[in-house]
Amino acid sequence: MSTALLTDLTIFILALLVGIEVIGKVPATLHTPLMSATNAIHGIVLVGALLIGVTAHNVVGYIIAFVAAIFASANVVGGYVVTGRMLKMFRRKAPEPQPEVESLNGHKGLRGLADKIGIGRTGS
Amino acid sequence: MSGFTGYIQLVYVLTAALFVVGLHLMNSPATARRGNQVALTGMVIAVIATFILMIHAGTVTTTGWIVLLTGGLIGSAIGLYAARSVQMTAMPQLVSAFNSVGGGAAALVAIYGYYDAESRGGGVLGTTTVFTVLDVLIGSVTFSGSIIAAGKLQGFIPSQPLIFKGSRLINIGLAVVAVGTGAFLFSTASLPAMLVLVLAALAFGVMMVLPIGGADMPVVISLLNAFTGTAVAMNRSLANIIVGGFGTGDSAVAVAAAADAHVRSIAADDAAIQLAYASKVIIVPGYGLAAAQAQHGVAELASLLEDRGIEVSYAIHPVAGRMPGHMNVLLAEANVPYPLLKEMDEINPEFARTDVALVIGANDVTNPAARRPGNEISGMPILDVDQAKSIIVVKRSMGHGYAGLENELYYDPKTSMYFADAKKAMAELTAAVKTLVG
Repeated sequence: MSTALLTDLTIFILALLVGIEVIGKVPATLHTPLMSATNAIHGIVLVGALLIGVTAHNVVGYIIAFVAAIFASANVVGGYVVTGRMLKMFRRKAPEPQPEVESLNGHKGLRGLADKIGIGRTGS
Repeated sequence: MSGFTGYIQLVYVLTAALFVVGLHLMNSPATARRGNQVALTGMVIAVIATFILMIHAGTVTTTGWIVLLTGGLIGSAIGLYAARSVQMTAMPQLVSAFNSVGGGAAALVAIYGYYDAESRGGGVLGTTTVFTVLDVLIGSVTFSGSIIAAGKLQGFIPSQPLIFKGSRLINIGLAVVAVGTGAFLFSTASLPAMLVLVLAALAFGVMMVLPIGGADMPVVISLLNAFTGTAVAMNRSLANIIVGGFGTGDSAVAVAAAADAHVRSIAADDAAIQLAYASKVIIVPGYGLAAAQAQHGVAELASLLEDRGIEVSYAIHPVAGRMPGHMNVLLAEANVPYPLLKEMDEINPEFARTDVALVIGANDVTNPAARRPGNEISGMPILDVDQAKSIIVVKRSMGHGYAGLENELYYDPKTSMYFADAKKAMAELTAAVKTLVG
C-alpha cells in the first residue's frame, strides 16, 4: 500500500468523522439549507475542473473541461446563492407590524414592545 | 512536492478548514448565514489559488483558458438565475439539480484524469484507479439519478413509480456490469471499459430512481446527497425503497376503524370559535399546505391568534414537505419566526395540554395507526396530534395519504373535519376569527 493511498485514506476517514460530528449538530429546522450548503461545498470539484486545463491540449480535453466547468460553476454559484436566500428568511421574530396599527391598538403595541425588548413569547 | 505547490496545498487546507467552520456555524439559525459566508470565502480562496497554480504551471493553452472561463461564466449565470428565481416550494428540485451537475462534474474530472494518464501511455493502474472508479461510479449515478428525481418532483416525469417487468433484473445486470468493469479497470487500463462503466452507472442511476414514487423523493434526494438520516425518520429501509414497493399506491388495506365510525364535519365559524377561545394552539402543517400555497395564510391566522394572547406553535414532522427541513423554509418565507417551529420530539409532549391542534395538509404523519403493528406505517414516528383536547383537520376530501391508509385520527370523536382547500380555509378562518372577536 502506497503512502499516497494511506494519506488519502486517513484524510477520508477523518473527514467522514468531522462530517458526522458537524452535521449531526445541525437542527432539523435547517436541514434544507444544510443540504443546499453541503451541496455548494461539493462544488469544490470546480478546482478539479479548472485543473483539467493544465493538461488539456486536444479537443476531447477541451470538451470535457468546458462541460465540467459549466456543471461545477453552476453548482458553486447557484448553491451558495440559494442557501443564502433561504437562510435570510429565518428570523427570530416576525417583522414588526406597521407602526400606525400598533399605536392605534394598545394590545398590539404592548406585544410589539414586549417583542422588542425580547420578553415576548415569540422571542423566547 | 515543490515549494510552490506546497504553498497552494496549504491554501487548500485553509479552504477545507473554512468549510468545516462554515458548516459548524450552521448549527443554529442565528449563525447559519455567517456559516454560509465563511464557506463561500473558502471557495473563493480555493478558486483564486487554483488560478494562481494554473498561471504558474504555464501549460494552460489560450484555448484552454477560453474554454474554462466561458464554461465558468455560463455555469455561473445558469446557477445564479436558477437560485434567484426558484420558488421555495420548488427547492427540492433545485437542490437535486445542483446535486446532479455536481456529480456530473466530479465524474467528468475523474474521467479526464483517467483519459489523460492513459493517453500518455503511462500506467494509471494501482491506487489512483480506486478513487477514479469510485468517482466515476458515484458521480455518474448521482448525475442521472438526481436528474430523474428533479424531473419527478417538477412533474416532467410522472411521479408514480415506473415499474416494468424485468426492471429488477436490469438493475442487477447494470450493477454487475458497473462493478465488474470497475474491477477490470483496476488491473487493465482501457478507455472503452471506462466508457462502459460510465454508461452502466448512468443507466443505473435512472433505473434506481424511476421506480420510486414521489412520496419517497425526500429519501432519494437525501440518499443522493449522502444524507441518509432521513430514511430512518421515514421508517423504511433504503433497500426497501430502492428495490421498490412503498408508494405504489395500490396497497390500500383494510382499515382498523370501526364500521360505525363517522366523521364530524364543521364550518369555518365553528372552527374559528374553537381557535379564538383556545389558550394553546398547535399548527400541524404538511405538504398539502405548501401545495395550496397557504403558508402565508397560516402565518396570518397564527399572528391573529397570537395577538389575542393565544400560544401558537408549529409541529414539524421530520418529513413534512418534500425534503428534510423543507416545511421550515416554507414557513420562514411566510415570516414565521423560527423559534415557533418545533421538532417532533420537542412538541409531542405538548399536545396533551393543547386546546386545539390544527392539522393542515398533513396526513400519514398524524395517523395513530402507526403505533400499532401490522400496517404500512407501523412504527413510523408520528406527531401525537390525537392527544390534543380537540383537533381540527383542514383537508379537501377524505382522500388517503401516500401510504394509502385511512387516517384513524379523522374518526376520533375529538376531531372535526373542515373540508376546504387550505388557502381558502385559512382566509375564511382568519375572517371568521376577526368577525368573532371584532
